[in-house]
Amino acid sequence: MATEPLLTARGLVKRYGRVTALDQADFDLYPGEILAVIGDNGAGKSSLIKAISGAITPDEGEIRLEGKVVNFKAPMEARDAGIETVYQNLALSPALSIADNMFLGREIRKPGIMGNWFRMLDRGAMERRAREKLTELGLMTIQNISQAVETLSGGQRQGVAVARAAAFGSKVVIMDEPTAALGVKESRRVLELILDVKRRGLPIVLISHNMPHVFEVADRIHIHRLGRRLTVIDPKEYTMSDAVAFMTGAKAPPEAAIAA
Amino acid sequence: MTDASADARRPQEFEKVLSASDTSVASFDTHTRSPIEKIQHFLHSNPAAVPLIVLVVSVALFGVIIGGKFFSAFSMTLILQQVAITGIIGAAQTLVILTAGIDLSVGAIMVLSSVVMGQFTFRYGLPPSLAVVCGFAVGALCGWINGVLVSYMKLPPFIVTLGTWQIVLATNFLYSANETIRSQDIEAQAPILKFFGENFRLGNAVFTYGVVAMVLLVAVLWYILNHTAWGRHVYAIGDDPEAAQLSGVRVSRVLISVYVISGLICALGGWMLIGRIGSVSPTAGQFANIESITAVVIGGISLFGGRGSILGMLFGALIVGVFQLGLRLIGTDPQWTYLLIGTLIIIAVAIDQWIRKVAG
Repeated sequence: MATEPLLTARGLVKRYGRVTALDQADFDLYPGEILAVIGDNGAGKSSLIKAISGAITPDEGEIRLEGKVVNFKAPMEARDAGIETVYQNLALSPALSIADNMFLGREIRKPGIMGNWFRMLDRGAMERRAREKLTELGLMTIQNISQAVETLSGGQRQGVAVARAAAFGSKVVIMDEPTAALGVKESRRVLELILDVKRRGLPIVLISHNMPHVFEVADRIHIHRLGRRLTVIDPKEYTMSDAVAFMTGAKAPPEAAIAA
Repeated sequence: MTDASADARRPQEFEKVLSASDTSVASFDTHTRSPIEKIQHFLHSNPAAVPLIVLVVSVALFGVIIGGKFFSAFSMTLILQQVAITGIIGAAQTLVILTAGIDLSVGAIMVLSSVVMGQFTFRYGLPPSLAVVCGFAVGALCGWINGVLVSYMKLPPFIVTLGTWQIVLATNFLYSANETIRSQDIEAQAPILKFFGENFRLGNAVFTYGVVAMVLLVAVLWYILNHTAWGRHVYAIGDDPEAAQLSGVRVSRVLISVYVISGLICALGGWMLIGRIGSVSPTAGQFANIESITAVVIGGISLFGGRGSILGMLFGALIVGVFQLGLRLIGTDPQWTYLLIGTLIIIAVAIDQWIRKVAG
């Protein structure tokens, strides 16, 4: 590829006791693409994603964002660097409102004395921006922005989590199993959301077990096996059964693809 | 290149029928709710409503049974005076319980702080106001120890505070040598220690500064919990600490600050305790932890964290006060009070469980 990768990882190692979750894993994400990460259970997909999103700190290896080495010690630091993650469990607080959830950890305070001295939140501004974001993503059928997230359906919660990531992610959006808990219609909606986010120019890392979804939206597919990157394939050149064969070890990946 | 992979770039075959389907993906069920569901939703969004209703009903009931003797400005403000300490300690307890913790050491921290305020004045001859500051420092230190053990050592709050409760109480007895500072001495040399016991009258209503401080404290904490980022983070941590951490809340820092503030509030309670009983006694306030948990639970705050309003705690404390005074005026055996309070606790928890089901 001619363009420089936006986000790279080289030689990541993460051990949990005697288990090696990441074993010299590499990773590349190019600007504007949807990169799917697939792999068997226990292949280390989650650890890889957590290392990139700051939820864990790898024991070895380096991560570069736009060519600069980054060392995230907390998800907060990755977020500040422009990497937003939609976690599988969504990381929403059920009892808080939609707006409060979208701004959790980066609340807007009122201007002037009320905000600076009394630290008062600017609920109006937060609700307005939350509503704008949800509308942009076509989710404004959620009527009441101040209702608690626990009163929403699974698809609606997913929508809130995706909207939060899209609203604040300035460089990369990572989505961990975004369709795993959803019905057919909701899955379709989330896939449309993913393509929508891509159209805004944000690259997306998509972790999924759902091969049809992966092959539908991904530009490249990173296959993870035994703690490291096995190969990267183009979904237009391989079938789903090829991908499953590579990822389970039933078939060796082609030499050319390893280089990609 | 196979047909299968070319197909994969398009929506799945089975999804084609979706174009004909209902497009309202994320809209709300607009089915009309039954009256009971409406009540459930109302209570879900107004957690302090149940204790408020119980409070109003019980005041009205005792007013009808006992009449003017109960339903007077004097009795009403007497209740406020009697629950002032429970309300203060309950505020500290509320903060901790909202994070899905529990603090059994609140009463012990309160007593130790009051003893420090007294002993620093009388044993070391410190200016009383400086001794008060030292009392607050001791309260904050105890809270900080709880907070570090809970957030960094990841020990369960129940165990941590069960331990610090004993440690702080024993420290209190060892340090004070079980010695009470008499009321006359405080009156003569350090009246500021009794500041919160002073009262003023509005007609028949008698207010102590302690009552005013309690109401102000609850109002300030209500504002902080609902209108600042820190307050929202406290709720988020109680709800789901993992989710809060992932969405960018500094969980450990907020947890420690909660326990430190709880310790400071307990020290304020200790200062008020001197005003309430008139002397500095290391054996006072033995049941403050249980009373504060009672007020919190009756106030509809969930012991599982993240739900409830500090106003509910205040109503809960007042409900206990109303029952105590009302039943005393009726002249029943005081055990009836405990029996009724016990029943209220169980009902309150049952209602909490029911309201939570709204999330279905």
